[in-house]
Amino acid sequence: MQNIEKEYYGNKVLKGVSIDLKAGEILAIIGENGAGKSTLMNVLFGMPEIHGTGGYKGKIIYKGKEVVIKSPHHAMELGIGMVHQEFMLLPNFTITENIKLNREITKKNLISTVGGKRLELLDLKSMGKQAREALDKVGLGVGEWTVVEGMPVGYMQFVEIAREIDKKEIQVIVFDEPTAVLTESESQRLLAVMKKIAAEGVGIIFISHKLDEVIEVADKIMVMRDGEQITTIAGKSASAMQLAELMVGRGIDSSQIAEKRNFDGAENILELKNFRVDMPGEKVKGIDLKVKKGEIIGFAGLAGYGKLGIANGIMGLHPASGEMIFEGRPMKLNDTMSILKNHIAFVSEDRKGVGLVLDNSIENNITVPAMQVQKKYLKKVLFFSQMDRKSISEQAERMIKELKIKCTGTKQKVGALSGGNQQKVCIAAALALEPDLLLVSEPTRGIDIGAKQIVLDYLKRLNREKGMTVVITSSELKELRSICDRIVVVTQGKVAGELKPDAPDGEFGMLMSGVTKKEEGERNE
Amino acid sequence: MKNIKEFLLNNIVTEIFIVLCTAAIILSDQTTSFLLEQIVVRFFRNGVLVLSLIIPVLAGLGLNFGIVLGAMSAQTAAIIITYWNFEGIGAIFLMILLSTPISVFLGILIGKLFNKTKGQEMITGMILGFFANGVYQFIFMVLVGTVIPVNNPDITISGGVGLINTMQLNETAVGALDKFITISLDKAFLYGFIIYAFIGIVRAVYTNKWGTEAARQKWGKIKWFYLAGAVVYGGAVFYTRINERLNLAMAFVDVPVFTMILVVFVALVIQFLVSTKLGQDFRSVGQNMKVAVSAGINVDKTRIIAIVISTVLAAWGQIIYIQNIGNFATYTAHEQVATFAIAALLVGGASIKKATIGQAFLGIILFHILFTVAPMAGANLFGDTQIGEYFRVFVSYGVIALALVLHTVKTVRQKMQQRQNEDTM
Repeated sequence: MQNIEKEYYGNKVLKGVSIDLKAGEILAIIGENGAGKSTLMNVLFGMPEIHGTGGYKGKIIYKGKEVVIKSPHHAMELGIGMVHQEFMLLPNFTITENIKLNREITKKNLISTVGGKRLELLDLKSMGKQAREALDKVGLGVGEWTVVEGMPVGYMQFVEIAREIDKKEIQVIVFDEPTAVLTESESQRLLAVMKKIAAEGVGIIFISHKLDEVIEVADKIMVMRDGEQITTIAGKSASAMQLAELMVGRGIDSSQIAEKRNFDGAENILELKNFRVDMPGEKVKGIDLKVKKGEIIGFAGLAGYGKLGIANGIMGLHPASGEMIFEGRPMKLNDTMSILKNHIAFVSEDRKGVGLVLDNSIENNITVPAMQVQKKYLKKVLFFSQMDRKSISEQAERMIKELKIKCTGTKQKVGALSGGNQQKVCIAAALALEPDLLLVSEPTRGIDIGAKQIVLDYLKRLNREKGMTVVITSSELKELRSICDRIVVVTQGKVAGELKPDAPDGEFGMLMSGVTKKEEGERNE
Repeated sequence: MKNIKEFLLNNIVTEIFIVLCTAAIILSDQTTSFLLEQIVVRFFRNGVLVLSLIIPVLAGLGLNFGIVLGAMSAQTAAIIITYWNFEGIGAIFLMILLSTPISVFLGILIGKLFNKTKGQEMITGMILGFFANGVYQFIFMVLVGTVIPVNNPDITISGGVGLINTMQLNETAVGALDKFITISLDKAFLYGFIIYAFIGIVRAVYTNKWGTEAARQKWGKIKWFYLAGAVVYGGAVFYTRINERLNLAMAFVDVPVFTMILVVFVALVIQFLVSTKLGQDFRSVGQNMKVAVSAGINVDKTRIIAIVISTVLAAWGQIIYIQNIGNFATYTAHEQVATFAIAALLVGGASIKKATIGQAFLGIILFHILFTVAPMAGANLFGDTQIGEYFRVFVSYGVIALALVLHTVKTVRQKMQQRQNEDTM
């Protein structure tokens, strides 16, 4: 692939990336979420979303010829296969049926000679035999007629690989974070299988966050950041620390880092003990955490590793378990109303889904939560509660001024506002609850730089002037470091570590990719 | 113990029905011969209609309420042959011939619509049925005699515009399929046992000699059910032979052999389709469309094929139904087709995701036992047949609702179990 560029609606996500892969070589691609790894792979597989948004620039040269890959099926025919991150297996089929999916071996019969190929009967026996061979290659001893449902996830991963190598023409296999769901020993076995496949002359592209694994198997490592190709280095010579720095490093100015404050003596406002949240895709698997009164604490981590689950779990939006103590009192979990009544407010990462009613006016969006929870902005008329239009408008006017919300008036529909201004309305709605603890998730996702700064500054001001405790969850490390007093890195649903905002880039990268200092130390010895 | 509980829970609809049927049979106080005759007649009358539902279930389209349109094409064909006054069994075959292209065309349209409303096929199919009813009635109530020239005072309303309310087939065509070959039930019962035993032996020999490992394992498990079935069946055959009254009752019941052959043929066709590449595609698409797409299966086309097969079979099923009864309500005969067929299939233990031919057959028998005896049980119990009538309509909707609820409960429970499993790992 040469000079691949890709734009989504004027937003450049790939800025001239070139890779080359020889037969039998393992190329690792590493980078943070949003670095452009998956977009690059989507280009390689000709996914519909690429062609549907104006195609790409650059050339793909495959076996010496330039090709334009039109569809995933086309890629498959060319011999490019993929082992997916989420399993592409059919649960009610047996392993054999899954391996041979749409490549079934069939026998001719009387009816099929008239009715065509699709009416041929399945040759289960030879399908089973070939599946067995593929399974033996990846070293999976399970019976080839076992139903996939109920199998351990590790096995499923190997079945996926068996499916790819069963394809006779396979030339290139892409492994998309294959070890994310595996145990230690399974991962080791997978890496061994990868090497074995490569030794048979198949080119492998290995996408991973786990730096130690990358170093172990890759011949070449390419680091991507913000759609750019930072560097490509030989696998054996790399160290985890070096890679981590390359991955994260944006060289933050020390002036931008939040000033140090000391909270040693402060009381705990919130305490979590063995806190678990069952949020799809963002599972939290038992964390212990203390939040001090008056501080700004940040949650960092890669997408899908559970950092978003924490705030959602606290609010009771996804089923949580464990213990939660707020201002010294234990809280009832999974009861959003009582949490809100205790002056904990939440600005959701899902602005349009959870945060706002897009068809409603700004003033309603700002005041309805407070109306529901605290019976504010209401007046009694006989037996009915009526909305107090006057105080609602006043509050909305005040917030619009304070947060510099760009709008035509308090009655404008929220859906008509820009992303940044919608985010400001979300914050205003949370503030109308007069919270002691404010949870903010991804406050700057999808909003422009100017609005970003206003939002961040405002959060900081709330903290400094009103003493509000703020918990920010964000994928943008830079912004966390600019306002937080400390940053908790969440990996695999657990707390990987806690860092001060002025810690070096490398340490953040190491924690995010799940390499603990101890392991690294052992490797160096 | 846990397995037994699971088994009972999974088949709760069928179990409720067995209890209901037993109670209703006792309460209705009918002669055995009447009961047997009714069951046999209704079994073959409805067989193909219920079978037509199986393939869409496998292909993940749920219960196909769109078979109403298949029934409409059958009725259109029936109206045409009545207009030209065709006679005998030839008329029935002509009906099949005429209804097939209409139902293929309608099937393609339904399939295209379902592809646009993925995930909501059932409700779409239901509303589509209501809509198509309007079009159908417009054609035969308004267009006939005005736009479509129909000069047959026997089938139009006196003014010459619109068809009469009840279509009567030519006398020689009534029951032509059923009467083509018949044997008495006691003989059929005996031959049935011989065929059952024969199939059992063939299967045992075949799987052990040529079957795959999985097939052998599966056979090893169901072997005992099969054997138990043989013992029960054999015992029943023996009992009917020595019990003179029952034997006599059975001798008076005619089995429509030719219709039976048709039903069995359709069942075999479905079984054949399921074991082809196409059947494998149906099941792949039914489980997960995303995975099927990424494996290169043409999902939309596969779904349309499934619906076309279903619609055509429904048309044939409705033809068998009409020839058995001999007449049909021109404007309303199709309305309940989907509801009753679906209820019967669900009673047999099928769900939105899973259906087999065996479940279809069991379901028809149970559902129609209740249908037959409920009015009489109502009459004996409350002195009013109407209550029984209400009861059976109420039951068929109740069954569909219950099956849908149970399906949701089951999927939620499975998901929770899966999560627990993941957590413990």
